[in-house]
Amino acid sequence: MESIKADDLVVVRGGVTVLDHLTFGVPAGTVTGLLGPSGSGKTTLLRVIVGVQKITSGTVTVLDRPAGEASLRHEFGYTTQTPSVYVDLTVAENVRYHAALHGKRRDAVDEAIASVGMSELEDRLVGKLSGGQRNRVSLACALVARPRLLLLDEPTVGLDPVLRRDLWALFKLLAAEGVTLLVSSHVMDEASRCDRLLLLRDGKLLTDDTPDGLRAVTGTHDLDEAFLRLVEHGEVAA
Amino acid sequence: MNVRLTIATALRVGTQLRRDHRTLALVIVVPCVLLWLFSELFADASMIFQRLAPAMLGVFPFITMFLVTSVAMVRERTSGTLERLLTTPIGRADLVLGYALAFAVLSLVQACVATAVALGLLGMDRPASVIVLVLVALANALLGTALGLGLSSLATTEFQAVQFLPAVALPQILLCGLIVPTEQMAGWLDALSRVMPLRYAVDAMQTLTGAAAVEGRVWRDLVVIVGCVLVALGLGAGTLRRRSA
Repeated sequence: MESIKADDLVVVRGGVTVLDHLTFGVPAGTVTGLLGPSGSGKTTLLRVIVGVQKITSGTVTVLDRPAGEASLRHEFGYTTQTPSVYVDLTVAENVRYHAALHGKRRDAVDEAIASVGMSELEDRLVGKLSGGQRNRVSLACALVARPRLLLLDEPTVGLDPVLRRDLWALFKLLAAEGVTLLVSSHVMDEASRCDRLLLLRDGKLLTDDTPDGLRAVTGTHDLDEAFLRLVEHGEVAA
Repeated sequence: MNVRLTIATALRVGTQLRRDHRTLALVIVVPCVLLWLFSELFADASMIFQRLAPAMLGVFPFITMFLVTSVAMVRERTSGTLERLLTTPIGRADLVLGYALAFAVLSLVQACVATAVALGLLGMDRPASVIVLVLVALANALLGTALGLGLSSLATTEFQAVQFLPAVALPQILLCGLIVPTEQMAGWLDALSRVMPLRYAVDAMQTLTGAAAVEGRVWRDLVVIVGCVLVALGLGAGTLRRRSA
């Protein structure tokens, strides 16, 4: 079963083709990595899926409904690349507001804050936190809805290796519970942690495969190298 | 519309306001200081103060709330929190009303303090009804909030948002009857001021303080102001577009 399906998706913005005929599926209950250099269209693709970006042509289906349908807003959590949280509110106040928007109660708030390791700082103003900590608050605001689908735009930027490992463990745990995650990153070493990979470059989909599949196709164990080979040799004989 | 989401938003905006002590102090104290300046300026011409003070009580909440709202909305936009909110179950009307509700509470405090100072310390003539006077001030605050919400979508930076004040508010302040009574204005200026909501606010305030009872004219003015608020709030919610090209 697929949580997200794109069919021949094209987005043209200001005369520039940002997403170029994308067709792919994101299987339910997996962590799918959306990888590619900055400017490759990752954020635009996520914005299409959450329904704030107009589609030029093609279709995108999310949980069997067209992307942007109002009922979907109850079902997914979304974090933007720059943490969109209120700097003049505390950690707990930010998460509580998002809990209220989704009709969730106090225990969901505590759980979301704990799962990103921010319990000790919950009464701290977000404006006084570091960039990495703000990112975690932003993630907690998405988790508090306990969504079936999580769309995370570069959630691990600015985090130390220990926190990154912990967050990826959390993503795996959520996937095991049936949550579908689409996680964008421009760091290839995170690719190996994903169940599936979507590689974007200049708005085109270079590959839609598992990490092992990508390694086999490109003949290298190193995913960074695999990406380079895909870019340099264009089409890979599959 | 969802009352729970509206109230959650109003509480969130209220908490943000409460944290900003300097803004709160400015919103409450500045109108009182300005009223005092007016009373000193016209110490020998109390007739003028009696005409100006009630008008000012109508103009202050409009200006303050216009500025606070438009800057707050531009901040929501530029920080990415607005786009994020639009991906959650909250409706655009809930968001707009939540803001309006939080700012209404702030302007109620402002109106009560400024009215108390004008009546108690500066010797402004007692209006026909203090409650109706505060009600008109509150309607003006909502008008400022509603116009600020509506126009904030035209501004992409806080700089631009602030520049809307001289563009939108100053012409109204010039023509609303505060500086020159509307009946003394040239015909075309009078006609122009009739399409400006602030004229009705000032008219209501001056009618209230010039008579012993609340005249029908005050209620007519109030209806006009509330009508403008509803139109502007509708436009404000309408300009919050969920999808961008």
